Amino acid sequence: MTKQQVLDLYFLDARSKLIDLAAFLDRMERAGGEADFRHPALLQAAAELGRPGAGRAKNVLLVLSDPTTEPIPTAPGKGASGAWPGEELRGS
Amino acid sequence: MRYIEPHAHMVSRVTDDYVDMAAAGCAAVCEPAFWAGFDRSSPQGFYDYFCQISDYEPKRAAKFGLPHFCWLCINPKEAEDVNLAKEVVGLIPQFLDRPNVLGIGEIGLNKNSRNELKVLEMHVDLAARHNQLILVHTPHLEDKLKGTRLTLDVLKADARIKPERVIIDHVEEHTVKMVLDAGHWAGMTLYPESKCSRPRAIDILDVYGTERLWMNSACDWGVSIPLSVPYTALEMRRRGWTEEAIDQVIYWNPAKFMSQCAKFRLA
Ligand SMILES: [Zn+2]
Repeated sequence: MTKQQVLDLYFLDARSKLIDLAAFLDRMERAGGEADFRHPALLQAAAELGRPGAGRAKNVLLVLSDPTTEPIPTAPGKGASGAWPGEELRGS
Repeated sequence: MRYIEPHAHMVSRVTDDYVDMAAAGCAAVCEPAFWAGFDRSSPQGFYDYFCQISDYEPKRAAKFGLPHFCWLCINPKEAEDVNLAKEVVGLIPQFLDRPNVLGIGEIGLNKNSRNELKVLEMHVDLAARHNQLILVHTPHLEDKLKGTRLTLDVLKADARIKPERVIIDHVEEHTVKMVLDAGHWAGMTLYPESKCSRPRAIDILDVYGTERLWMNSACDWGVSIPLSVPYTALEMRRRGWTEEAIDQVIYWNPAKFMSQCAKFRLA
């Protein structure tokens, strides 16, 4: 596809998702209480959008991934949060 | 359009979904064993489930002309209890000769724990001893990268496993290359909120080519869309893919992988 075709097919969708992301961050600003590790992780991942090159989706996923390599002693539960809390917050 | 749904949990879907899939051109549906949304209380619960997907569900699908196949295992979300897993793995061989059983799956990791890893190794050994195909689930979200790496290590360590007889499912941009480089097949799951969106799955096909890749809806009891594969095919058309190239990805690729099991037959 040409750049024009990509824009015609996906620009409005990307625009809408970007505004949703901005509104989410505004909502976080307005909300009370404390954020957890997910908020800074998302901001760090969002910074990948501004980097040149065609590996942005992969890099966003990498920022949000557990980078360690050893199996954990026991599963703390079944769910996943979408961002890596870090060794000390993982709970096991 | 014709397509194969290589990963769907039809036990959690209504009969209308079979009607929609058949109307959209589905030629076969394949059902890996998975978590029921709650932990089963005994091996007997798994025995009943294996009967359901190897006996009852094919009959339900057949009413709409759909061949139904399945994969058996104790899923990674219930693999923290190694003793339970041992008992369930012991039940599986008696089902392997059933006409719709394609292999062992969806096995793998969930939180990347030591016990999950032990149970994964147990399943890989079972598949190797019985010469079965393997379908691997990779973990969700932040656990996927590490879980994919650990899974690849386990498969590589067992010399009996032929890479081309293993499909590693739920790949995304950060895991697809390592799976293909290891010689395995890779599955992309089309979910509305997690895993791959339709445009991203097509991007991955654009970047990595169409060899050894398939797409599935993995529809289950959660937020998921049974017609995700044909919807993605429509988007491929809009992006200029030819009918032959689409047919290769959504029909011939899953057919090629699963035909490594002689029991896989299209109507
Ligand atoms: Zn599944």
